[in-house]
Amino acid sequence: MNYQSQSVAKLYFIAAIGLFVGQILFGVILGLQYVIGDFLFPEIPFNVARMVHTNLLIVWLLFGFMGAAYFLVPEEAERELHSPLLAKVMFWIFLVAGALTILGYLLVPYAGLAQMTGNDLLPTMGREFLEQPTITKIGIVIVALAFLYNIGMTILKGRKTAISLVLLIGLLGLALLFLFAFYNPDNLVKDKFYWWWVVHLWVEGVWELILGSILAFVLIKTTGVDREVIEKWLYVIIAMTLITGIIGTGHHYYWIGTPEYWQWWGSIFSAMEPIPFFMMTVFAFNMVNRRRRNHPNKAALLWALGTAVMAFLGAGVWGFLHTLAPVNYYTHGSQITAAHGHMAFYGAYVMIVLAMISYAMPLMRGRKVAGSNRSQTVEMWSFWLMTVSMVFITLFLTAAGVLQTYLQRYSDEPLPFMVVQDKIEIFYWLREVAGVVFLIGLILYVISFFVGNSDPEAGGGVEESA
Amino acid sequence: MNTQAAINGIQSHHKYPPGDLAIWIFILAELLVFAVFFAAYAFARMNNVELFNQYQLTLDRNSALINTVALLTSSYFVVQGVMRIREGDNRACAAWIWAAVGMGMLFIVVKMAEFSHHFSQGVSLSTNSFYMFYLSLTFFHFMHVLMGMIILAVVAWKARQGLYSRDEHTGVETGASYWHMVDLVWLILFPLVYVMR
Repeated sequence: MNYQSQSVAKLYFIAAIGLFVGQILFGVILGLQYVIGDFLFPEIPFNVARMVHTNLLIVWLLFGFMGAAYFLVPEEAERELHSPLLAKVMFWIFLVAGALTILGYLLVPYAGLAQMTGNDLLPTMGREFLEQPTITKIGIVIVALAFLYNIGMTILKGRKTAISLVLLIGLLGLALLFLFAFYNPDNLVKDKFYWWWVVHLWVEGVWELILGSILAFVLIKTTGVDREVIEKWLYVIIAMTLITGIIGTGHHYYWIGTPEYWQWWGSIFSAMEPIPFFMMTVFAFNMVNRRRRNHPNKAALLWALGTAVMAFLGAGVWGFLHTLAPVNYYTHGSQITAAHGHMAFYGAYVMIVLAMISYAMPLMRGRKVAGSNRSQTVEMWSFWLMTVSMVFITLFLTAAGVLQTYLQRYSDEPLPFMVVQDKIEIFYWLREVAGVVFLIGLILYVISFFVGNSDPEAGGGVEESA
Repeated sequence: MNTQAAINGIQSHHKYPPGDLAIWIFILAELLVFAVFFAAYAFARMNNVELFNQYQLTLDRNSALINTVALLTSSYFVVQGVMRIREGDNRACAAWIWAAVGMGMLFIVVKMAEFSHHFSQGVSLSTNSFYMFYLSLTFFHFMHVLMGMIILAVVAWKARQGLYSRDEHTGVETGASYWHMVDLVWLILFPLVYVMR
């Protein structure tokens, strides 16, 4: 670690991992509720568990992105962070607000939570993924502003690189698009239309810029390939991301009451969204093949390559499966969507945050370059357990989704929703088993931080040169 | 003498593809997007030949022809620009590229007149599928012309500053490659949307 202030990232990463564990625990509960409907009812109803599962995901990824930025930006800018204190204060504000929100979901009926938090004054609650009370949303904006100020000032005062600029654009976009969470028109079509500006333009737009820049950073560090080469790829990838992703939002507009041309626009542009992900895969493997050194942090490189492959499969291929309007007419909102959501989020965003943590954590914990062989071995086991079980979760949900689509919507004699749910139960059980394996992988991941700490560094602590 | 120098220039830069490899990845991706768009047009037209034929007649083919000539000429100018820089002549290169930007400007003006004509008649994306495709395709291409002009303007400016040389002018070839792609797409778009029946 070259700059002292980079260590604020540690707080963010620890919180991210903690919330990740929470997210997966609720995921396992949810998976069971698919087959045992009243499991933990009335303490944790399905809708609450789902809300906690998705909200925790988003919040921990935000912690991860912020931590990544706090680690990456000082190194790229070649100076200390503008204000480490501000970063620490904002961390605690964000964590406490997040924890209170989750407790609110769990302890108070949702309508009561809305009333308690003064949702009447500025109604923003009640929409999927944006369930947070309005005051939490305002808190998120304040934290985001302070964060952007801190990062922005650091970049402004220091060396400006393509990586930090792309990251900054991504983070700025993230904050600006979140403002649409406050826009809550009465017209349901308009409501949905702009709701997607947060939900889609995050994951299929600005978050991809964050993904690209973090990936480029980790690859520069671990492969030693020229910055110039890596930056060129980064530019091409983000250009394609924006060209395809922005109008590709149209694939959410097919059936919400928008004009018909969205079916064409959405289909054509979103069909191209796999391209930047494919470029990222080619990019990552290309850079590793051209590497100038064998970095001792094998685990970080594994996560980086893993994210390039799994993001392409999850976001690219599984997204394409149901993105064309004539296909989506039948598959909309089925388990195919759930399959895509799981692998895309894991492949693109979970894995890139874990790649960054994997690279940065040993440095922040006093290692010169990488953790010990033992801790890396455990971490790589967790990589394979989580990744393979996620592949199975996706496959089982896809099978469930295909059957569901056929039985409920396509066959000559369509069956009612709940009848179909009973018929595809076996896949929900299999998914639950895969989910438990994922949880085991995650526990192993946490354990990897406590293993082999007194062992010598892997690769004998080769001096870092990139 | 000049020709010989040019031949030498070409031989000494026998590199394929010309320009930066990254722009070729970008060009291929862009061509793929347009190809899908054209295929979608063909598919939609197949199911609605009469409607497409009827409304195609409302388009201004003369403007489109002027624009075709404008883009072809601009590509010729760009080629001249590349030839000049291969001889190491930055000033002449800049002049030719600026001329190409001028032709791009002509395209923009003619196209905007066309758009404003259709808009004044109340045509929109929702009027019918023919207009949906006509407006989408031409607007998407229009944005590429603007993008290409920006790239060429940067190239011309850098050439005027003497930042390229006989040996190192990847930037000029990169910009030229992109511009030819913009031109190429129009050469498919023009007959497909305006002429073929």
